[in-house]
Amino acid sequence: MAAVTEPNHVARTTWRYALLIAVAMIFVFPILFMVVSSLKPDAQLLRDTSSIAAFLPVGDISLDNYFGAFRRAPVGLFIFNSIFITLVTVLISLFLCSLAAFAFAYLEFRGKAVILSIIIATLIIPFETIAIPMLMVVNSLPFIGANGVQWGWLNTYHVQMVPFLADALTIFLFVQYFKDLPKELIEAARLDGASWFQVYRLVIVPIAGPVFATAAILKFLVMYNQYLWPLMVTQSEQVRPVMVGLQYFFQLNTAWGEVMAYLSMITIPVLAFYLVLQRAFIASIASTGIKG
Amino acid sequence: MAGLELKDIRKSYGNVEVIKGVDLSVEHGEFVVFVGPSGCGKSTLLRMIAGLEDITDGDLYIGDKRVNTTQPRDRGVAMVFQSYALYPHMSVYDNVGFGLRLKKMPKPERDKKIREAARILQMEELLERRPSQLSGGQRQRVAIGRAIVRNPDVFLFDEPLSNLDAALRGSMRMEISKLHNQLGATMIYVTHDQVEAMTLADKIVVLNAGIVQQIGSPLDLYNSPANLFVAGFIGSPKMNLIAVTASDATADTVTISGPALPSTTIPVATGHGIKPGDTITFGIRPHQLVRDEAGPLKGKVLLVEQLGNETIVNLDLPSGDQLVATLPGSAILHLGDTVTLGFDAKNAKLFDTNGDAVKPA
Ligand SMILES: Nc1ncnc2c1ncn2[C@@H]1O[C@H](COP(=O)(O)OP(=O)(O)OP(=O)(O)O)[C@@H](O)[C@H]1O
Ligand SMILES: [Mg+2]
Repeated sequence: MAAVTEPNHVARTTWRYALLIAVAMIFVFPILFMVVSSLKPDAQLLRDTSSIAAFLPVGDISLDNYFGAFRRAPVGLFIFNSIFITLVTVLISLFLCSLAAFAFAYLEFRGKAVILSIIIATLIIPFETIAIPMLMVVNSLPFIGANGVQWGWLNTYHVQMVPFLADALTIFLFVQYFKDLPKELIEAARLDGASWFQVYRLVIVPIAGPVFATAAILKFLVMYNQYLWPLMVTQSEQVRPVMVGLQYFFQLNTAWGEVMAYLSMITIPVLAFYLVLQRAFIASIASTGIKG
Repeated sequence: MAGLELKDIRKSYGNVEVIKGVDLSVEHGEFVVFVGPSGCGKSTLLRMIAGLEDITDGDLYIGDKRVNTTQPRDRGVAMVFQSYALYPHMSVYDNVGFGLRLKKMPKPERDKKIREAARILQMEELLERRPSQLSGGQRQRVAIGRAIVRNPDVFLFDEPLSNLDAALRGSMRMEISKLHNQLGATMIYVTHDQVEAMTLADKIVVLNAGIVQQIGSPLDLYNSPANLFVAGFIGSPKMNLIAVTASDATADTVTISGPALPSTTIPVATGHGIKPGDTITFGIRPHQLVRDEAGPLKGKVLLVEQLGNETIVNLDLPSGDQLVATLPGSAILHLGDTVTLGFDAKNAKLFDTNGDAVKPA
């Protein structure tokens, strides 16, 4: 665009940036506080909270809290567990939910509207209300694994994944997106000889990048932040995720510096995942040109 | 090699019947155009032929096979959509080759076909582009290319040109016509542009409210519209239609008169069934009106459209009816002038009380 710089324009830009910076601060400060605090001994950390120093890496700075955190809890194991559980669940649920949504959006079958409304209705049921019944269910389910058939799913990875493989919100997101795609695209593919699954795989998935990225981020956050359910179903340290691991730092005397170090470490995967997906999101919009 | 046969085809959405029993046969290699006002069911009919819409009732044959429940891909049809419906994430090359890839056609053969189609449609230099990098006309070419490579027995077009500007529409129309000659395939084409219908069709099917009004060659429809609807729909400017009363009827003439028209005798075929006193409709095409000081129609000029080669005038008749006449370009007229027009009685059309055409003599 030609550079037409009116004074008015400069003023407006300045204001806009000032506002954006102010908003960004609101989000950045807690993270800054967390990271900075993780570098300080407890006594100084508590003292600094009453001043601006809370956000500055000043005083007695070290990585001691990080070593402490590792001594106190198997941090690496927890992070691995969480990432593993989260990634597997996100991948499978994207696949299952998008397939379900594909059927709801494009196929005609008996009872479609009713089934979809029942699914949507489950959105209003808080997880807490079904946690106990669900615990009883998973406790009596068989699982066929490497060691043959076992009864009860407690203390496993899959007990933390299976209940979340399909959820109404994700299905709903996909349905909305699919419904907005031009119907002719699917029809053209059908006439070109594509089976329904080929339509899904070769036409819909490639142009649905933005909704896959959105759904992935939302699901990632939900899964990575799981607390109540893993608390109920994992008695063994081996399969515990990060949020349950946080408990280790609140026993007897709370070590705030170590808490902050732990939190800083478990935040990294979230940020990494978000940044990667955001790029994918933008790239996919740009490459399909579906909005242009 | 396939013609088409529609036998009492019906379509309902819930309780609403939108296609009310269509019978049609299409010869192999014929170019058939469906025309009709918006919402009359043209697309629905086409989509039923394609297999994108279930057929509620009736039989559909492509070739000699009943295909009511055949999957779209197995019907030997290809469709070109108004919105082009190109796959946005694929290059033109992959768009055109998508169907062949699904058929698992070997790559060299596929490549040959894609390039052949690109050559026919003169879009060889576009093959590497994405649809978003193409103009409307180019996109439509790609959509047609995608249909061509599949080598279908029947091509279906749903208003393929309506998103293009007038000039492009004209040239694409010619290309489609050329393509039809070149491929010799059966084509069914939906439009509500009557120029497209008249110029492309071997056979026009006029639809209104889910009912076939008339099937015939473009000139048939123009010269002998079967009813008031077709008379008003085909031809531009529209045929003048004026309500009159049959004052007298013999075996082969009907004498009409009305507030707009003094007594005039029109020759008709015997067995016309018009009785004196019937309220009927008199129709005359604008270009069949000529200036004639002794003529029966006299009116005031409301509007003049000077097109150079011809002049279109709208007249206000004393009866309150309006009349459109296409006069030679040399006619100089001004608003408010009084013009007297006449016509040759054998060019006049009569439509009986039901709106059906009375056979001319
Ligand atoms: N899925 C549907 N559900 C209910 N009614 C429908 C559906 N699709 C079409 N109709 C109705 O069927 C009738 C015919 O629609 P159709 O699209 O065939 O019209 P058309 O002749 O192609 O019109 P246009 O020139 O505007 O494209 C319309 O009255 C329309 O409202
Ligand atoms: Mg239509």
